[in-house]
Amino acid sequence: MIPAAFEYHRPSSVKDALKMLQDLPDAKLLAGGHSLLPLMKLRLANPPHLIDLGRIDALRQIRADRNILVVGAMASHWMIESSESVKRHAPLLAETAGKVGDVQVRNAGTIGGSVAHADPAADYPAALLALDAQIIAEGPNGPRVIAVDDFFTGVFSTALDAHEILTEVRMPFQDAGTGSAYLKFAHPASGFAVVGVAAALRMNGGKPARIRIGITGVGPAAYRPKAVEELLVGKPFEARTVAEAANLAADGVDVNEDLFASSEYRAHLTRVFTKRAVMLAGERGGARSE
Amino acid sequence: MKHAITVRVNGAEYRHEVEPRLLLVYYLREVLGLTGTHIGCDTTSCGACTVILNGMAVKACTVLAVQADGAEILTVEGLAKDSQLHPIQEGFWEEHGLQCGFCTPGMMLAAIQILARNPNPTDDEIRHGLDGNLCRCTGYQHIVNSVRYAARKLRETNQEAIPSAGGGR
Repeated sequence: MIPAAFEYHRPSSVKDALKMLQDLPDAKLLAGGHSLLPLMKLRLANPPHLIDLGRIDALRQIRADRNILVVGAMASHWMIESSESVKRHAPLLAETAGKVGDVQVRNAGTIGGSVAHADPAADYPAALLALDAQIIAEGPNGPRVIAVDDFFTGVFSTALDAHEILTEVRMPFQDAGTGSAYLKFAHPASGFAVVGVAAALRMNGGKPARIRIGITGVGPAAYRPKAVEELLVGKPFEARTVAEAANLAADGVDVNEDLFASSEYRAHLTRVFTKRAVMLAGERGGARSE
Repeated sequence: MKHAITVRVNGAEYRHEVEPRLLLVYYLREVLGLTGTHIGCDTTSCGACTVILNGMAVKACTVLAVQADGAEILTVEGLAKDSQLHPIQEGFWEEHGLQCGFCTPGMMLAAIQILARNPNPTDDEIRHGLDGNLCRCTGYQHIVNSVRYAARKLRETNQEAIPSAGGGR
């Protein structure tokens, strides 16, 4: 399969890329290409111009800035999975990156590409919601900070404007008392999340003092099951309580349905995986499992 | 508009004018005539088109040739040196790691990526590492044995898993 013809552009700075994005009609940004190129090969996307961000080295950096982890948009899944800094400061992100696709896909695909593409079954959105991340978007008028809670707006839809480039993802360090886990039920053929649940919780005296959960693959966009979070905060951390709270994980969600999983089955998986992810995160955070 | 690209494939430098939409796998097969890199699913699933690009295994059906401009690439044709098989090739030979052979080039290049990062992988780690490569003949057990053979041989002979022509160290 061969994509339709297009013009190829290779800027060497974000500034040049922004100018191209404004000047070239219907241009698309090319990151790792592992979402866009398959769509172009199927002719589901036929952009007349591709702007390749692959040679902008500044976008590939991962760095710790005081107590914030900053991950450049062009950092590959492998870079994130293997980065000592990510493993130390945001182990949930490293764990999630290691569950994206397969080895070859992780070598080429990027976090910025995945997050901007916003596939409803992508892995990162769940982790970023649980980590209370911020998305940095550069536009013609400078950079803008978007809270992750406001970022994923629907199927393949985000809060990014057409002339903005996602340049960084930032998240506060996970502190030592925070346990986290990303569990996914992967589609056996595609590896995408049928259901993926990321949980981060800080334990205090055997009770979750703070908890954030992100769920992907289930609804039109990744979401936080706030009813589950609210039920767990400040309550004794027990398997029965967690299971009761997790029963609300798919409530109020327009649950996806496809040939592999009916909406009933997917909702069931959501409850089961929410329970397991929260329990595992709690155990990693130092709670005893009873 | 065509773009000039320069690549180094299996140690030899090539320069061509290519259309932006030309995929790396077609460039390797049809422009350079290196047909050892196979096209299986053409949808980033099966791994038959796996090559090493700047030291990293990638699926060449999902990379544009223009993206590879300036890159070092290793294909299956570059594995053997002076008619001496690479340990991964020897492993597939000795352990019967193939039947029809269609997936084999991609399997071997994905395998050396695993071994470059983990010289002594467990069977589980090998299987997890080959998650992106499909074989429809063997049931995978002999492939796992082949990778284990190569791991042992590479350690014994103190070789880099990814030869330098692939951009590896």
